[in-house]
Amino acid sequence: MFGAGGGTVSYEEIEHADVILLWGSNAREAHPIFFHHLMKGLDNGAQMYCVDPRRTSSSKFADLWLGIDVGTDIALANAIAREIIHAGLVNTEFVAHSTQGYEEFAASVEAYTLDVAAEITGVPADAIREVAHSYATGGKSQILWTLGITEHHNAVDNVLSLCNLALLTGHVGRWGSGLVPLRGQNNVQGGGDMGALPNKLPGFQDLDNDEHRRKFEAAYGMELNPVDGIHLTLMFEAMERGEMTAAYVVGENPADSEADIDHARKMLGGLDCLVVQDIFMTRTAELADVVFPASVAWAESEGTVTSSERRVQRVRGAVTPPGEARHDLDIMCALAERMGVDLGTNDPQELWDELRSLSPLHAGMSYERLDSEGGLQWPCPSLDHPGSPFLHGWLWAEDLEGRDPAPFSVVEHEGPKEALTEEFPLRLTTGRSLDSYNTGVQSNGYTSPIRYGEALDLNPADAADLGIEDGERVTVTSPRGSVEMAVRIQPDIPVGLTFTTYHFPDLVDINKLTNDAWDKRSGTSEFKAAAIRIDKLDAPIPVAGT
Amino acid sequence: MADLKLHVDTSTEAERVAVDSVIAPDDHAVIHESARSVRGGTARRRDRRHLLLPGLHALQATAGWISPGGLNHLCSALQVPPAEGYGVATFYELFRTTDPGHEQSVHHVCTDTSCHIAGAEDFAQRLEAAGEKVHRGPCLGQCEKAPARFVQGRNEPDHVLADRPDERIVLPQRAADPDVRLRLLQRVGVVDPTSLASYREHGGYLALQRAIDLGPQAVIEEIRAAGLSGRGGAAFPTAIKWQGVADEHGRPKHVIANADESEPGTFKDRIVMENDPFSVIEGLTLAGLATSAENGWIYIRGEYPLSTLRLENAIEQCRTAGLLGDDVLGSGQRFDIELRRGAGAYICGEETALMESIAGFRGEPRNKPPFPSTHGLFGEPTALNNPETLLNALFIVEHGADTYRLAGTEKSPGTRLFCLSGHVVVPGLYEVPMGATLGEVVDLAGGPTGTTAAILMGGAAGSFVGPDQLDMPLTQEDTRERGTTLGSGVITLFDDSVDFTALVLRIAEFFEGESCGQCVPCRVGVVRQHEVLVEMSANGGTLSDDRNTLIGDMARAMADASICGLGHTASGAVQSAIRLGLIGARS
Repeated sequence: MFGAGGGTVSYEEIEHADVILLWGSNAREAHPIFFHHLMKGLDNGAQMYCVDPRRTSSSKFADLWLGIDVGTDIALANAIAREIIHAGLVNTEFVAHSTQGYEEFAASVEAYTLDVAAEITGVPADAIREVAHSYATGGKSQILWTLGITEHHNAVDNVLSLCNLALLTGHVGRWGSGLVPLRGQNNVQGGGDMGALPNKLPGFQDLDNDEHRRKFEAAYGMELNPVDGIHLTLMFEAMERGEMTAAYVVGENPADSEADIDHARKMLGGLDCLVVQDIFMTRTAELADVVFPASVAWAESEGTVTSSERRVQRVRGAVTPPGEARHDLDIMCALAERMGVDLGTNDPQELWDELRSLSPLHAGMSYERLDSEGGLQWPCPSLDHPGSPFLHGWLWAEDLEGRDPAPFSVVEHEGPKEALTEEFPLRLTTGRSLDSYNTGVQSNGYTSPIRYGEALDLNPADAADLGIEDGERVTVTSPRGSVEMAVRIQPDIPVGLTFTTYHFPDLVDINKLTNDAWDKRSGTSEFKAAAIRIDKLDAPIPVAGT
Repeated sequence: MADLKLHVDTSTEAERVAVDSVIAPDDHAVIHESARSVRGGTARRRDRRHLLLPGLHALQATAGWISPGGLNHLCSALQVPPAEGYGVATFYELFRTTDPGHEQSVHHVCTDTSCHIAGAEDFAQRLEAAGEKVHRGPCLGQCEKAPARFVQGRNEPDHVLADRPDERIVLPQRAADPDVRLRLLQRVGVVDPTSLASYREHGGYLALQRAIDLGPQAVIEEIRAAGLSGRGGAAFPTAIKWQGVADEHGRPKHVIANADESEPGTFKDRIVMENDPFSVIEGLTLAGLATSAENGWIYIRGEYPLSTLRLENAIEQCRTAGLLGDDVLGSGQRFDIELRRGAGAYICGEETALMESIAGFRGEPRNKPPFPSTHGLFGEPTALNNPETLLNALFIVEHGADTYRLAGTEKSPGTRLFCLSGHVVVPGLYEVPMGATLGEVVDLAGGPTGTTAAILMGGAAGSFVGPDQLDMPLTQEDTRERGTTLGSGVITLFDDSVDFTALVLRIAEFFEGESCGQCVPCRVGVVRQHEVLVEMSANGGTLSDDRNTLIGDMARAMADASICGLGHTASGAVQSAIRLGLIGARS
């Protein structure tokens, strides 16, 4: 399987990369620990190209920043592909041996000339050419991305367009080269690995695969529902239809984090039963019928976490959880017991060994080895397996280890769902800042010397056109709603673009504005592209809506 | 560099023009090529960092200080964090980071050894009374003209008194043995220092031509056979240094002329550079060809404006004549020289500190190993030599090792330059064969002006010897045997009128001011040493046993645990003065 699962390389490999293509990611602020590895790579002589609508702090480390228009990533990727093809920089041997669908793909990108891409993306043609040549000719090239790629209505196509570049050049499946989706938390990877996905069992085994499912049924001693579940975005639609009436929310704060937040809160408030398990009294918890206080994963709990590089590491409790807070496993087992189900042990190590017996990816990772080897990277199928620093080495095997060649994907530029109009002439995109974390639940309890609070970043030229001064409070309106917030004039942000974080929902409900158009395949909403208008506070405010 | 935090101060137009003269606007570390593409990155930032020091010079010369706005602009152009830029600016005596509040030139007056006894303080007060802005500071390298002054120009170029056309340059020098002709100073006072043609008429570039004929390895062998050791103070064998760099392949390589002579009492390189600048260029080019290094650097004291002008002129003429550039003298090798001005920091005479300074960092010495021959300037193979050493190399290559060894002793072959100052009749620069006695050299300078009480050998980092040592042969081995040093060739005479307590206190103050502060033994030791001497001075010059012991303990700690020679030698003069009974009568 190519194009799913996790980062294909380890952190260490970026320290030895030759060319780094950082796309739609402000890792300097959003993934600061990983960025330290990246900086070592720069120190060792790597060249970095940064594709981002904003001149982010990450892009200031780059040899070249390409200021792309929001939502035009596919046009850029396809133009890079076309340039690689036309410049004769395709790794033809790799393409012939390890991929399929090249001819069709090559034909599909033919229309994306440098000039066409420059027109669509706003990036000069010379800069696109330079990236294409540098990426293709680099000895070890990596593409890294995050939510700038995935928080779009066509997220999966965006990702596939980047995968195409790696397939064209053979920059995948080798040490130092690869495709790296960065994860935002220390254990996002672990959540997916453990089966917290609507259609997967632990270890990315398919729920609808009878063989996989029966293995789990045998171990659990009961039959499992073979029908895929639904992901978060579909859940809200199911709530709206009245088909979903109860929710058990563990460690999430959808009442602040969802796009079109007024709608999301209404849905959550309308449930018959809402149970929230969290370490903080979040806005979602405030809506709940029952709140289970949980212990903190990293200081109060035993277990494992899995990082973006697929490394499973032990965590240990160092302090006793305060008050009535209990370990997540403890709460779930007790809850099951009240429902008349015995989940067996709640001991983290015993549960881990059970997982190892069921998930081939994790089979070789005993607690003893995790301790002594500083964590292990999956796949690690047996106790004598060293773990896997990078994925997809099979692409370079003589027989492809019996697998099908990796497919190119034909993807076309679409642009954001919400086009700019006369009524909403400015593009709003959202993101993170270094000092804060997501909806602020875990970070706003602390002060920070570098925090500037919630503000709408605006180019000086746009500010002058609108007659707005730095720090002035304004009304920001999208087709879905309005908020009042301060403007921060920023020469670093291109004309026509605005930006804000959403770390302070108590101050500014920015997700009142964001677009909940979403990708049917990934379930991710288009947080990165809304159309807005800015009005001075004293101006008469027209009724929002289209 | 993303984490650059510029402050809100803005630069003036004049400051921007000054910085732009060093770093062209289209060559900044970050270039906004269009609204949607910006070029920057680690390589561009690294490649330009060495322009920080020239940029600071430009700002200082324009505004009279490094203003926050000017520093902002410079740091933004180079993508250096302003805090680091400020740290570099505050490292140097010649840079101010506070507004001087006036538009006048600043008169730097030396208060060290020779100038101290020549009435530097009276001189400074007279200048102040005349309305000049005076800055009292360390040695200016004009000890033969004590008391010395260097004018840091505001709306006029930097200059020293000797730069004035009406000042005749007094240049007493001659060899002790009439049979041995001058070697290193043969052209000083003879050639036109502004003319390459004149230099070549007087035998210039014969040595380099011979070096090209011989080939690099034969040149190094000749130097080895001649037994040449470094003349900067450490006396390291030159051939070993050059061989080390010659053996490195695959990376850019550098040779550096260390013209940052700052040891109080030293002025020999200045006289050579002012009067025979082409010889330094030729010598450095020779080093470049012998080590196959393509990059030459001359790091010169900021207080040497005339030498700087002469060298700049010489480099330009040599480039035009094809003696520097892509094909030096038809040898097929590329070699060019970049001149860098220091800004007043004694420590930058230490080789690794000097390299840090060129690279745009604070001039703090590095731990060795690794040594410069593998990890020198910018971490690349580098050979660094004193100009006097380069002049010796020219002689050796032109005349052969055997001829070279006709002068000097078996272990210390060749001639040596000595800087005579203090209470001698004719202070100046003298070239004598190694092995001439201290008394002979003093006699060359016309003898003492009074009754000699002590002689400081090797400058502030050296040691005092008594008049009973006038029979000492001036060689590495003899001076070492008698517990002193040749150092950089400093011989400063003091007669019995000198207040040694005040003199040695000033030496202690010198080290307190010049320690870079990087390693603890030196940073603390030089301060404690100074405190003890201040206390001694207040006690009428008497020193208790426990204070004497304290000075000895600190000297040992500094010698054992400091990274560089500054800490190793910071107690030498003080301790020798106590030993000789010049200071510190027991209470």
